[in-house]
Amino acid sequence: MSSSDLQNLYQELILDHSRTPHGYGLRDEVRSQSHQVNPTCGDEITLQVHRAEDGTIEAIAWEGHGCAISQASASLFAELVEGMPQAGVERRIDVFREAMRSRGKIEPDPELLGDAAALGGVSRYVARVKCAMLAWVAAEDALRKLEG
Amino acid sequence: MTGALTDAEVRRIKADFPILQTSVNGHPLVYLDSGATSQRPLAVLDAERDYLLNLNAAVHRGAHTLAAEATEVFEDARATVAGFIGADEGELVWTSNATEAVNLVAYAFSNASAGRGGVAAERLRIGRGDDIVTTEMEHHANLIPWQELAARTGANLRVIPVDDDGALRLDELSSYITERTRLVAATHVSNVLGVVNPIERLVAAAHEVGALFLLDACQSVPHLPVDASALDVDFAVFSGHKMLGPTGIGALYGRRELLESMPPFLTGGSMITTVSMTEAEYLPPPQRFEAGTQRVSQAIALAAAVRYLDGIGMPRIAAHEAELGHRLVDGLGAIDGVRVLGAGIDLPRVGLASIDVAGIHSHDLGQFLDDRGIAVRVGHHCAQPLHRRLGVTSSTRASTYIYNTADDVDAVIDGVAAAIDFFRRVR
Repeated sequence: MSSSDLQNLYQELILDHSRTPHGYGLRDEVRSQSHQVNPTCGDEITLQVHRAEDGTIEAIAWEGHGCAISQASASLFAELVEGMPQAGVERRIDVFREAMRSRGKIEPDPELLGDAAALGGVSRYVARVKCAMLAWVAAEDALRKLEG
Repeated sequence: MTGALTDAEVRRIKADFPILQTSVNGHPLVYLDSGATSQRPLAVLDAERDYLLNLNAAVHRGAHTLAAEATEVFEDARATVAGFIGADEGELVWTSNATEAVNLVAYAFSNASAGRGGVAAERLRIGRGDDIVTTEMEHHANLIPWQELAARTGANLRVIPVDDDGALRLDELSSYITERTRLVAATHVSNVLGVVNPIERLVAAAHEVGALFLLDACQSVPHLPVDASALDVDFAVFSGHKMLGPTGIGALYGRRELLESMPPFLTGGSMITTVSMTEAEYLPPPQRFEAGTQRVSQAIALAAAVRYLDGIGMPRIAAHEAELGHRLVDGLGAIDGVRVLGAGIDLPRVGLASIDVAGIHSHDLGQFLDDRGIAVRVGHHCAQPLHRRLGVTSSTRASTYIYNTADDVDAVIDGVAAAIDFFRRVR
């Protein structure tokens, strides 16, 4: 029987997102994208930020391969930030990172992070934090490029 | 005694390794990551501690009693480890690890090509028009130093491919090892596939065209009887921590006349005879290649590891590993959705198998097994080109050693089957 920590790490919501990910598929027209690699396992992601005229994030588009955590995290991120103002996205990346780095001490706030709060269990597994962060780091980089 | 180890023997061996009596995540530890690093028996830990408690001193310098005794046990350790691989003590150079040993040879070529080493180093001079040959199944440690050597010297790096199963394409050997070849570097046992390569054929092909041969013996010396002179290799590298010894120590075997012809890699104290402000003369090998303070307690502990292995007997260890290896390959391969990398290769095996499970990433599989106290390696195992060739990004590897039982192998087989049920519960 698997431990409750493991059950919590791989909740159905997470496995669901990893199998039928949101935002998967890159677009031809792109203002800003970022490619990130996790050198320990070779997992990678290419993520595009599509911003509307009014400055809100219209969509996140991404492609990549990796573990269930990294795929679900990219999907949950894309779902969360659609239609959100850029500053709100940046704030959520910071909040998510803080929770991931907390070694299980900070429960992610579902008010702010929506379903992505389900990834909270990852922070107990230090070796897996990078997996969960991959898409969010790519988004942070793509947003920075958008400014430049 | 002959033949594989009995269950009772393995249980006795296991009792010598305190870490194997511990629990991980509430389960007794099942350690199946010896291909990455092995555990150390009390005899090895005690040897290092005894040295530090009773003899610790700088070697090859100083005239006080401790310094003399430390030098003697340090050199005894060299003779022990050299003897273990069929070499004599003048042919064994201590390095920090196998990676440094490969780089030592690469930089000997590089430095010779830059004009160092005089007439003696002629054989090591390479440049445009020369080929360095390696294989598609190498660990990055036996690939990147050659990429860099090729880039520095203008030589060409050629790669013997593997087939769809992962086996070396020996049928194409003559188109890769040619009169342009100056060095062939290949692994004895693949750290991903667990198969023992027919290295004699590669050595013969290299020597036929006058090329030198370097053997990556990291996964063979700990698990099989390896006799460097009988294999007729020019160089061999291996690391201590994969054979019950400490980290921070490895070795380079080199044929005596080759070591004598080689310019040094690392330079500084302890490797010289006469030094002026403008130049220096160097000691003969092996000291020529051992600049700076040496890893004395590690060398002594590695010699203790070698004695421990010899006490069991390498042929019996090889037989034990082959049994566990076949059990792993057969058991994992029988699970629906599991592909054992290199399963179709008809070569002798050590106790190591890497798998790809359809729809389950290696990190997720490794996490599930860890939850049951089973330690395996996940990722690309420092062999990205081989994984790419086999159509996967990463794999999950179980690797055994003298302290693993058939029960350990069965635990990982059951664990993989349970992981498939766990991750596929959502459709």
